[in-house]
Amino acid sequence: MAGKETDLLIVGASQSGVQLAISLRALGFEGHIKLLGDEDHRPYQRPALSKEFLQGTVESESLIFRSNDYWDEHNVTLVKGARIVRVEKGADGSGVAHAASGESFAFKRLALTVGARARHMDVPGGDLAGVVYLRNADDALNLKRIAPEATDVVVVGGGFIGLEAASSMHKMGKRVTVLEYGPRLVGRAVGTDTSEYFLDAHRGRGIDIRLNARIARLVDSGEGAVSGVELEEGTVVPAQIVLIGIGVIPNTELAEQMGLAVENGVVVDSNALASDGTTVAVGDVANMPNPLPGAPAGERIRLESVNNAIEHAKVAAYSLMGRREDYAGIPWFWSNQADLKLQIAGLSLGYDSTVVRRDDERGKFSVLYYRGGQVIAVDCVNTPLDFMAVKSALAKGQNIPAGAAADPAVALKSITTDA
Amino acid sequence: MPTVHFTDTAGTVRDIEGNVGDSVMETAVRNGVPGIVAECGGSLSCATCHVFVRDDDFAALPPMEDMEDEMLYGTAVDREDNSRLSCQLRLHEGQELHVTTPETQV
Ligand SMILES: Cc1cc2nc3c(=O)[nH]c(=O)nc-3n(C[C@H](O)[C@H](O)[C@H](O)COP(=O)(O)OP(=O)(O)OC[C@H]3O[C@@H](n4cnc5c(N)ncnc54)[C@H](O)[C@@H]3O)c2cc1C
Ligand code: FES
Repeated sequence: MAGKETDLLIVGASQSGVQLAISLRALGFEGHIKLLGDEDHRPYQRPALSKEFLQGTVESESLIFRSNDYWDEHNVTLVKGARIVRVEKGADGSGVAHAASGESFAFKRLALTVGARARHMDVPGGDLAGVVYLRNADDALNLKRIAPEATDVVVVGGGFIGLEAASSMHKMGKRVTVLEYGPRLVGRAVGTDTSEYFLDAHRGRGIDIRLNARIARLVDSGEGAVSGVELEEGTVVPAQIVLIGIGVIPNTELAEQMGLAVENGVVVDSNALASDGTTVAVGDVANMPNPLPGAPAGERIRLESVNNAIEHAKVAAYSLMGRREDYAGIPWFWSNQADLKLQIAGLSLGYDSTVVRRDDERGKFSVLYYRGGQVIAVDCVNTPLDFMAVKSALAKGQNIPAGAAADPAVALKSITTDA
Repeated sequence: MPTVHFTDTAGTVRDIEGNVGDSVMETAVRNGVPGIVAECGGSLSCATCHVFVRDDDFAALPPMEDMEDEMLYGTAVDREDNSRLSCQLRLHEGQELHVTTPETQV
């Protein structure tokens, strides 16, 4: 890797790493950037993997972030298929990253945008053929390859990715069962009202959802492939594909090896700087101060979303340029499940009450979350107007009083007040 | 090949050749046209791919669905009569499309 000296080495070439490179160029960073990742694909967008790409409505080419020409023109070198296993770093921030292949990459500054990986399920039969995960393009290509043969699919885990994949597989004509360990769907990210709504909606559309499901083992067809999932009470749910979506684990190994503070992700300050004060960590791998305006000081969060990867990368880009800029904008998220279009604005962390707006005739549903009387988040299903109203109110430091919000006929925008 | 002519608020024009079937948003983003953010990658969830379409071109576009219409009420720069979300505009053979990008998308 002689030739251009790398000023910034970005380890992890996905949503965060790509945005960091783009933002640095937009800010006028002139040094050479190496954007390195362990996957064999050009950097691509993940969200469609469980949705449009799985269903075959978009091509893989559409998922690519930027053309090769773009990277060339912006003096960014892409390195594919390189897995960094060890980093040596000095106090000034410079160092050398060593790849599994034996190759090494010198840098003046380092960015860790290594994201997260699918949490593996430790269960008898867990390594049978047909037991799959869905985190990257290879996973999705594999799932698409084996899908045509399957009639029955079990999805383990009723979180966003599980429900998206379940909806996609159902649309592809499979009999789909979702086995959720907890008492409700998407328990980690939404409140009980939204969980209930999704439960009814998915059941109504023909997906079999079982809550509080206890899996005993995955059953072998006799030929090393999975044929079903046996529950502790003894029933076996048939499945030729078992898709496990039980969350992710942040890839903190490099940070640990470097001696950086790690706690549910790489601990960073509000400028995306890790505990050494020079390395930046961004996106799914980073544990950062709650960025919602008005959040209690000291409260921390690790977000797994495209929006966060983008906004956090912008903060890190400023930081690498020696500027201190706050996280801009209101965190938001989306998840498309069949005809259910969920949009979440804000962060419901610490909420103490909710207001539900529901109009079943028009298929609209939203839940506003409040903390001490101030709206802090909203979950919206097929109600972009509510989503936009809350996002904009949060951005402007306004409030939407709970009392008036309960009437779904009232436009939230019309009752927004200066807090 | 279809061509999209992107004009930014400063008046700079970029002519980008696209592929039939691709969206205007994809054509912009892959080539790094500033002024289109497209956080959701075309999922009709973010409204950060807002464009103003030249009036004669606008009239020739297929009408928008309710969801796009509602999303347009949340764009960073207020919508106008010729506003569309560019991820919903698919290019067809020989098309010449003139769009202006708003000052900001977020
Ligand atoms: C199927 C699916 C659907 C999703 N849908 C949505 C959605 O609808 N909306 C939404 O907002 N978000 C969604 N997300 C989440 C979103 O994609 C992530 O939040 C985002 O990709 C995080 O970006 P990141 O760059 O921080 O991490 P990642 O995307 O995880 O990228 C990290 C990269 O680093 C690489 N890497 C890791 N370790 C090393 C190493 N040691 N050396 C070299 N490379 C390494 C990884 O292979 C990977 O390519 C979805 C995710 C998945 C998987
Ligand atoms: S790209 Fe998100 S709405 Fe068009």
